[in-house]
Amino acid sequence: MTIAKIWVVAEIVDGAPTTTSLELVSHARTLADTVEAVVWGDGASAAGALGEYGATTVHDVGDLGGALPGAPVAAAIAAAVEAGSGPDAVLLPATYDGRDVAGRLSVKLDRPVLTNVVGLTEADGVLSSQHAIFGGAEILTARFTAAGPGIFVIRAKSFPAEPSGGAPAAVVAATAPDTGAANAARIVARHVEERTGPKLDEADVVVSGGRGLGEKDQYVLIEQLAGLLHGAAGASRAIVDAGWVPYSHQVGQTGKTVKPTVYLACGISGATQHMVGMKNSKNIVAINKDQDAPIFQVADLGIVGDVHKVLPKLIETLQARG
Amino acid sequence: MNVVVCVKQIPDPAAPPALDPGSKTLVRDGKLILDDSDAYGVEMALQLADAAGGGEVTLVSMAPNGEVSGLRTALAMGAAKAILVSDPALAGTDALGTAKVLAAAIRRAEPDLILAATESSDGYTGTTPVQIAELLGLPSVTFAKKVEVTGSSVKVERQTEAGYDEVECPLPAVVTVTAGVVEPRYPSFKGIMAAKSKPVENLTVADLGIDADQVGATGARQEITEVVPAEARAAGEIVVDEGEGHLRVIEFLEQLKVL
Repeated sequence: MTIAKIWVVAEIVDGAPTTTSLELVSHARTLADTVEAVVWGDGASAAGALGEYGATTVHDVGDLGGALPGAPVAAAIAAAVEAGSGPDAVLLPATYDGRDVAGRLSVKLDRPVLTNVVGLTEADGVLSSQHAIFGGAEILTARFTAAGPGIFVIRAKSFPAEPSGGAPAAVVAATAPDTGAANAARIVARHVEERTGPKLDEADVVVSGGRGLGEKDQYVLIEQLAGLLHGAAGASRAIVDAGWVPYSHQVGQTGKTVKPTVYLACGISGATQHMVGMKNSKNIVAINKDQDAPIFQVADLGIVGDVHKVLPKLIETLQARG
Repeated sequence: MNVVVCVKQIPDPAAPPALDPGSKTLVRDGKLILDDSDAYGVEMALQLADAAGGGEVTLVSMAPNGEVSGLRTALAMGAAKAILVSDPALAGTDALGTAKVLAAAIRRAEPDLILAATESSDGYTGTTPVQIAELLGLPSVTFAKKVEVTGSSVKVERQTEAGYDEVECPLPAVVTVTAGVVEPRYPSFKGIMAAKSKPVENLTVADLGIDADQVGATGARQEITEVVPAEARAAGEIVVDEGEGHLRVIEFLEQLKVL
């Protein structure tokens, strides 16, 4: 390996690294000699878990005092790069905060960013990133052509999370220089939307509904079916935008990436925006009345039919089985 | 209150997209339209300016060949004027180069608030608005699903993995809005007619004081080395439902031991 050091911006929820953060740390191990993580808030509490997946050091930006992470975390990373102790590449999860940090870091270092990365390989010390384009029909490979740390924003579930059995990572403080007005936004309250059943991006079965449901009230069919299959209920962007279901249900480019054992797409045509988020599901079942809908091109089983007829019968039959 | 909305004019998403065989970047030479994702920012800006009791909405855009058809759509919705940066030197510009151009153009408008979509529908890099904020030294709040301006600050409901956060931020600031945050109005006939005579300031990279090597393919400092078809999924089974389609779904789920 000829890449010396990669930093992974790791997000910590309730004291534990998110799955995507662990995916990035795991994959970084295959690319570089040393993998270190950057955390904030109560991130230092995750030094054990991050170490178990291969990070040797955790750079802790510390308590942000209600600020959004973008400006302070980018400033801390940029300060390390300027001081000569920075990494050869920074990997960030394609999340709300991850994208904010990447954008600000890009300007601070005057370095371009590659986003929507789904694969990352190393050859002769140069990293190349893979990107799914045209709804995942083609894979594009890109690389940076100038010196300086590469900034890669990586989609969830691009790599497996595999423990290395490493010791807890050493925690070192990473000081964020004052970023002035750029850091003026403050979180004043947090709201958690209640969900029942498994989480959308962890569920073994995902049942998603789209515009083909016709109206908001019909989404109950999706929820019922998801419940009967012990799965999670998802949605296309179209019906999230229409206000039928909260954004947290959205599967796709701007929503969650899912990779369940079975994905059931009901009344979803298969816009590229949606396909990017579910195309790598192990099995795909599509129910749609338009036989030319693009979703059928990725479906292992396609039912050409009206969701208003097929779903109630499916639900009824499953209920009868008990 | 003066609001700038960053808008992108993109190839019609209904037409099949194509890559330039040389640079492998998206072909954007044909007729361009207003990115649907930007209609929400335009509508939000019009509503916020109205609620503030005055001020103008200015569009800022970068496009090849002096393209204005998408801008006219947003002007017809009610924006007062537009700044368009168009320059052959911009071909192949990446997100950071775009941010440098748009930030320089935004400076000229001296807005209280800058709105943008969370990402474009064609390139969906999703970093340009935050890069603009950093270049301008401004705070940013991304993924807004509700935006309210009170005096000199903006209150945003920002989407999170778990739900949403309430975020308060002093102005000027950059806010990116999600689709569905407001219902974009359809341009009226009167609006469409008025849009034809609204001012569009045309600028080049040199007008903005930006060196040509900061933008274009040179400024992007990245290259596309390969584009190959993704591993295709094996052709699936298609069943036309004649009343029994649900039974085949159950059989399939049983095979997978999900049932």
